[in-house]
Amino acid sequence: MIAFLRRLFRNRLAGLGAVTFAAIVLFVVVTPLLPLPDPNATATADRFMRPFSEGHPLGTDHLGRDLLARLAAGTRLSLAVGVAAALIAATIGSAIGIVAGYFGGRIDNVIMRGVDMLMAFPYILLALAIVAALGPGLMNALIAVAAVNVPFFARNIRGITVGLAGREFVDAARLSGMGHTRIILSELLPNVLPVIVIAMSTTVGWMILETAGLSFLGLGSQPPQADLGSMLGEARSALITHPHTSVVPGLMIFFIVMSINLLGDGVRDALDPRLRSGALSRPRAMTEVKREDPVPAPTDDLLALQDLHTQFHVGDRVLRAVDGVSLTVAPGECLGIIGESGSGKSVTALSVMGLVASPPGLITGGAVRFRGEDLVGAPYERLRQARGDRVAYIFQDPLSTLHPLYRVGDQLAEAIRAHHKVAAKEARARAVALLRDVRIPNAESRLDDYPHEMSGGMRQRVGIAMALANEPDVIIADEPTTALDVTVQAQILSLLDDLRRDRGLAIVFITHDFGVVAQLCDRVAVMYAGRIVEEGPTGAVLNAPAHPYTRRLIACVPELGQGRRELAAIPGLPPTLDDLPAGCAFAPRCEKARPACSAAPIPLEGSGRRAVRCLYPETRPEEAA
Amino acid sequence: MGGYILKRLLSAVPVLLGITVIVFLIMSLIPGDPATAILGAYATPENVEKLNRDLGLDEPMIERYFIWLYNMLQGDFGRSYSLNRPVLDEILERFSATLILAGTSFILCSILGILAGVVSAARQYGMADKLITFVVLIGISVPSFFLGMMMILLFAVNLRWLPVSGMYAIYGGGDLPDLIRHLTMPALALSAVATGVIARMARSAMLEVLRQDFVRTARAKGVHERRVITRHALRAAMVAIIPVLGIQAGFVLSGAVYIEIVFQWPGVGRMLVDAILTRDLLLVQGGVVFVAACYVLFNIAVDVAQSLLDPRIKT
Ligand code: SF4
Repeated sequence: MIAFLRRLFRNRLAGLGAVTFAAIVLFVVVTPLLPLPDPNATATADRFMRPFSEGHPLGTDHLGRDLLARLAAGTRLSLAVGVAAALIAATIGSAIGIVAGYFGGRIDNVIMRGVDMLMAFPYILLALAIVAALGPGLMNALIAVAAVNVPFFARNIRGITVGLAGREFVDAARLSGMGHTRIILSELLPNVLPVIVIAMSTTVGWMILETAGLSFLGLGSQPPQADLGSMLGEARSALITHPHTSVVPGLMIFFIVMSINLLGDGVRDALDPRLRSGALSRPRAMTEVKREDPVPAPTDDLLALQDLHTQFHVGDRVLRAVDGVSLTVAPGECLGIIGESGSGKSVTALSVMGLVASPPGLITGGAVRFRGEDLVGAPYERLRQARGDRVAYIFQDPLSTLHPLYRVGDQLAEAIRAHHKVAAKEARARAVALLRDVRIPNAESRLDDYPHEMSGGMRQRVGIAMALANEPDVIIADEPTTALDVTVQAQILSLLDDLRRDRGLAIVFITHDFGVVAQLCDRVAVMYAGRIVEEGPTGAVLNAPAHPYTRRLIACVPELGQGRRELAAIPGLPPTLDDLPAGCAFAPRCEKARPACSAAPIPLEGSGRRAVRCLYPETRPEEAA
Repeated sequence: MGGYILKRLLSAVPVLLGITVIVFLIMSLIPGDPATAILGAYATPENVEKLNRDLGLDEPMIERYFIWLYNMLQGDFGRSYSLNRPVLDEILERFSATLILAGTSFILCSILGILAGVVSAARQYGMADKLITFVVLIGISVPSFFLGMMMILLFAVNLRWLPVSGMYAIYGGGDLPDLIRHLTMPALALSAVATGVIARMARSAMLEVLRQDFVRTARAKGVHERRVITRHALRAAMVAIIPVLGIQAGFVLSGAVYIEIVFQWPGVGRMLVDAILTRDLLLVQGGVVFVAACYVLFNIAVDVAQSLLDPRIKT
C-alpha cells in the first residue's frame, strides 16, 4: 500500500491531479463558511457584472446572482450527484456482477445477456429514455446516469468473481456449511472491493460529466437549483455577449474531470507492474550504443565480435548480459554458441545486427565487424542495408516471429524487396523458388498461406527461406529448432547443413543442446554468465571438455543427437547478471572450486583455437589440441 | 465472407429484440395513465380513447409489447403529437443530419486518433509524444458542449471564420461548401474526446506490438523502420484498435446530442431532447429504438471489418 502511494506520487501528473482535486474539494467545503451572497439572490440591477467587480469576484449572471457563490453551490451539487451516481451504479452493478459470477450457469447467462443488451445502446439513448419516462429533474438524471453505468460494473465485477469463485477458500467455505449470502459477503466481497473502488475512481469523473451534461440539456437540475451543467446551459443564451458566465462553470467542469482523469491514470499506472519494469518501452530501430573505450582495430575475418559488451539497464540495475565476448566466423564455417538460458548467448547473437531491444539494452563496448566494417558504430541506414542482406537471422518460434496477418509469400517478397528493386511479380517468383529450396511441397500454393495455417516445421522452413532470400554470407540461427518436435528438428538441422554446404554459408548456431552442436557445428563456444568459458573445435571439446561447466553440460546429454535436452540438470542456478563475482562466475556450482577461483578475474587462456577460462581445467587445452 | 456477415446479422436479431424490450420496459415506468402522459396537452377524452385503442394500452403488458413491435416492423412508429406527423418520417429526416455530423466526427477521430497514437508510440518519450499526450489529456477532459461553446466564441464571434450555428445558411446556402463551413466546428468539437481516447489506445496498442517478435523479424530482414511502423506494427495494432473504434462510435453518437444543441444542428439528438421537454414520448421511444438499432448494425460492420483484417478470425 505504501509502495503504491509512493509510486502514485512519484508520478508528477497524478500529483497534479490530486492537488487540483483537493483544491476543488476544499473550495466546496470552505465556501459555506465564507460570507458569500446567497447563490439564488437575484438583483436585476447587477446583471452581467464582469469578473473582478466590487463584491463579485467572478461577476454576476443574467439575473444578477453572484457567480462565485453559484459556482460553489453548483460544484457542490455536481460533485455530490456524480459521486452518488457512482456509488449507486457501483453498488447495484457489483451486486449483479457478484451474483452472476458466483452462481454461474443459467443465472449468469441470463444476467449477462441482459447486460450485453444494455451495453448495445449508445449510453445517452438509455439515459434519455429513462429521463423521458421519469420526467426531467436532477434526481431522475442521477438515476439515469447511474443506471447507464450499471452494466459496466456488472461486467467487470463478474469477471473478477468468476475467477475467485473457483478458488479453494470459496470451496472451503461452502463445505463448512456457510450459506450463499454469507460466502458472498464474507469471502467474496472483501476480495472484490478493491476492484470496485478502482473502477469507481476511474468512472466517477465520467458520471459527474454526464449528470452535468443532462443538466446542460435542461433535463437535470431545474431552476432555481443549479449544478454546473445547468449553470452552463443557462449561460449559453448569453454566450456571445457575456462569455464569462459560461466560462466560469465550464472551466470548473473541465478541472474536475481532468483532475479525476489524472488521478485515475496515476492509479492505473501505479498498479500496472509492466510500467515499473519498463517493459512497456518500445524497442528502437537499433540497439543503443554508448562506447567509452576505443574501438578495437579491424580484422579481415568474415564476421568478428571483438570484446563485445552488451548490458541491460533496468531502473538502477545494470545487467551485464554480454561481458567481453570475442568470436570470429570464417566463410562456410558453422560456429555453435551454447549455454543455459540467461547465459547471454541470444543477446550476443542479437547484438551483431543491433537487434537487442533498446531500451533497456545498451552496447557499451567492443565492436562487431563484418568484413572489417564496424557494425556497432554504423549509422542506421548502413546497418539496415546489411540486415537480412549480408547477415540474416532465423529465430526460435516461427509462430511469433512471422507476422500473423500477412501471407508468407508477401513476407518473403518483402525480404527481397527490402534490398532489391524488383517487381512484385518477380519477387513472388523468387519466393516460390525459395520455398522450394527449403523443400516445402506445393510451394506455389503455400505462398498464400498465413502463418497460422502452417505446421511448426513448415513455418520454420519459411523462416529459413526468408533468411536465405538475399543469399547472405552469414546466417545467425537463434535456437531455431527448440520449439519443434524431434523428427522435425532433425529435418530442419539437415536442411541447414545442406544449405551451408551447397552455398558456402557461414552459420552461427545458438543453442542449449550439445547434441545439435555435435551434429552441425565445426567449432563451439560455451557461454556462462555473459562470458565465453571454453572454445574449440567441436570434436575436441566434446571428447575432452576442459571447463568443469562444459564437462557437466556434456554429461547432461544422455545420448548425442536424440531428442530434447534441457540443461537444468546441473544443480544450482546461474548468477544474477547485475551481481557477478569478481572471479569465476561458476564457482558457486563448481565441485572443484577453491578460494583462488573467486579471488580475481580469470582470463580465457589457450593455444591455437582451443581456450578455456578456468584455473583448474579438466584437461590442459594444450594437451587436447 | 457472405456467410459470416449473415451469421453476424442473425446474431443481431436477439440483441435488437432485447433493445425493444428494454425501451418498452423503461417506457412502462411512466407514472400515471400512459395515454394521458403521451398526449400531454392534447389529452382530450377522444384522443385518449383513440390512443388507448391504437396502442392497445388497455391490453396486458405482454400483448401491448407485441402490438408495438408488430407496428414498428410494419414501419409504423406511431404519431408525434407535438409535430403532428408520423414519428418515422421525422426520425429519418433528422437522422440524416446526425449521420453527417457523427459520421464526419467518427472519420475525423479515427484518422486523427490513430495518427496521433502512432506518432506518439514511434517517438515514445520524445517531444512529439509529450506534446500529444498533453493535448490528449486536455481533449479527453474538456466537456464537448463547453468546447463547442468556446469554439463558437473564438472562431465564429472573434475571428469570424465560421458560422455560429445551424447546418445551412438561411439565405443562399444549401450547397456543399456551405455545409462544410457549418459542419467544421461541430464535427471537431464532437470528435475531440474520442480522438483523445483513440490516440491513447492506439499508442499503447502500438507499444505493445512493437515489442513483439515479428517486429524484430521485420527489422532483421532489413525492412526500413518507417515501414516497420506503418505496415508491420500498425497492421497488427489495428486488431486491438478497431474494437475501440466501434465503442467510440457509440460515444460520438451520444456526444452528438450535446453538440446538436450547442450548434443548433437539426439532428436526431436535438429532436430527442425537444421531445422529452415537450413530453412527446412516442417520438422519444421511436427515436431511441431507431438509433440504437442503427448502432447495433454499425457494430456488425465493425466486426466484419475486423474479420477482414485478421485472417485468424474464423469466418
Ligand atoms: S575457475 Fe575454479 S570455480 Fe571456476 S570453473 Fe575453474 S575450477 Fe571451477
